Amino acid sequence: MKPFRMLGRSIRDAFKSVIRNFSLSLASISCITITLIIVAIAIIASFNVQNFTKEIERDMTIVVFLENDATEEDVESVKGKIEKINNVDNYKFQSKVDVKKQMQAESEVFNRVLDEWEDDESPLKDTFQVKVKEIENIGKTAKQIQSIEKVSVVRYGEGMVDKMVTAFASIEKVTYGIVIALVIVTVFLIINTIKLTISARKREISIMRLVGASNFTIKTPFIVEGMILGLFGSIVPIIISTYGYLAFYNHFDGYLFSELIQLIKPEPFIYTTSLIVLVIGILVGMIGSASAVKKYLKV
Amino acid sequence: MDLVRIKNVEKKYKNGVTAIYDLNLAIEKGAFVFVIGGSGSGKSTLIKMLYREEKPTKGQIIVGGLDVAKLKNRKVYKLRRKLGIVFQDYRLLPKQTVYENVAFALEVIGAKKDEIRVKVLKALEDVGLKHKLHEYPDHLSGGEQQRVAIARAIVNDPKLLLCDEPTGNLDPDMSMEIMKVLEDINEKRGTTIIMVTHDKDIVNKMKKQVITLKEGRLVNFKKKGTYNNEAI
Repeated sequence: MKPFRMLGRSIRDAFKSVIRNFSLSLASISCITITLIIVAIAIIASFNVQNFTKEIERDMTIVVFLENDATEEDVESVKGKIEKINNVDNYKFQSKVDVKKQMQAESEVFNRVLDEWEDDESPLKDTFQVKVKEIENIGKTAKQIQSIEKVSVVRYGEGMVDKMVTAFASIEKVTYGIVIALVIVTVFLIINTIKLTISARKREISIMRLVGASNFTIKTPFIVEGMILGLFGSIVPIIISTYGYLAFYNHFDGYLFSELIQLIKPEPFIYTTSLIVLVIGILVGMIGSASAVKKYLKV
Repeated sequence: MDLVRIKNVEKKYKNGVTAIYDLNLAIEKGAFVFVIGGSGSGKSTLIKMLYREEKPTKGQIIVGGLDVAKLKNRKVYKLRRKLGIVFQDYRLLPKQTVYENVAFALEVIGAKKDEIRVKVLKALEDVGLKHKLHEYPDHLSGGEQQRVAIARAIVNDPKLLLCDEPTGNLDPDMSMEIMKVLEDINEKRGTTIIMVTHDKDIVNKMKKQVITLKEGRLVNFKKKGTYNNEAI
């Protein structure tokens, strides 16, 4: 089959060229290696930030305390009004009695103290635990709930939550920006290194054109060469990110600073990361060499 | 049947120089044609337009049924596969052997290995270099290198062989050797040959068709012509 024969020749030529221009190939590979290491770190960081932002968001709750004298009808009306707020995902109701039982179960002291009150003179309050859909708007939602009649106090860990949410959002943006910028820089580096290997083979390309090789045939070995460089360039970053993350994860027991910030479990996360790094490496090598060879195909 | 037809062709370079003015020509199949003229006569431009290194600014060039002027850059290979091209500076790959250099022309168009072997050996036999298969170009004389280049040009059995001053770098003896090889190819393979040269002796000895150009215009086109100094 002709296409397979041509592809076989392309791959053979690409390997020959990598070996023949060994020092230049090594330069390209080191370039790719260094940038891919940083890309891998950025990927791991951004996935983790995303992960624990989500975790924290999932735990984020607005606690709504009703007035002490709220009747069952009041509870129903508050419930209806909370349901109508757009940003509310779901809520849980705990009556005074439930709260009392829970507290009694938790501690012997509470058990004794609380036993002394009858249900109707209990100082405890009916509560709602509300979860929101969009964590960014949690403050607004809390205010809306506060304005409902018979609601006494609303709590959601105000300042700290707001700050954390905005911090995470900007960390995420910055890591994305870094990854994209690095990929672009690598593409340019590869374009330039492959241009060097190609200009050494200008003559060969012009002869290929003269004897009737199609542009596709001329390009393929260079593109395969770029892919090989990308492949070799991603080996070290994959090893470093895999073992580095494993060590990091084990060292901190899966948590960073506090139990609030949970790291992603290494498996299958490191495999996904490795695959992404590999694909970026190969694509970058391909794109770089394809655009480097373009200029020589106009004779 | 005409293999090459040139109609009202004009070539003006971007720097404003006009190399060819309103040229009309027809070259028939199997012919052996010399293109002669002084420097600036447009003979190199003419041959470059035939293999589409340059595009005419006006007019039509048909080579083997292909409209060369309209050919897109990425379709040029279709034309080149119908042609063999030989240059003054041989243009061989220095790191490849004689055999590999000739085989290269077939490899890049995806020929089978067996087919490549048969055709390469035949072409090298035709130019008389079958005994130097595994030599590198650097170890060959200029005449031998040019014969390798000719073998590479004919290995694909082209209808048309374009030669741009193929003897320009060679002494008279070697030049005649090359001319004998070309004449053989013209007669035995029936390949049409168009050769640009300014070597008087060769043109006069060979007695082939001669196209004379002067300052971008066709002066005359003679069967069995000679190199006429006054015309140039």
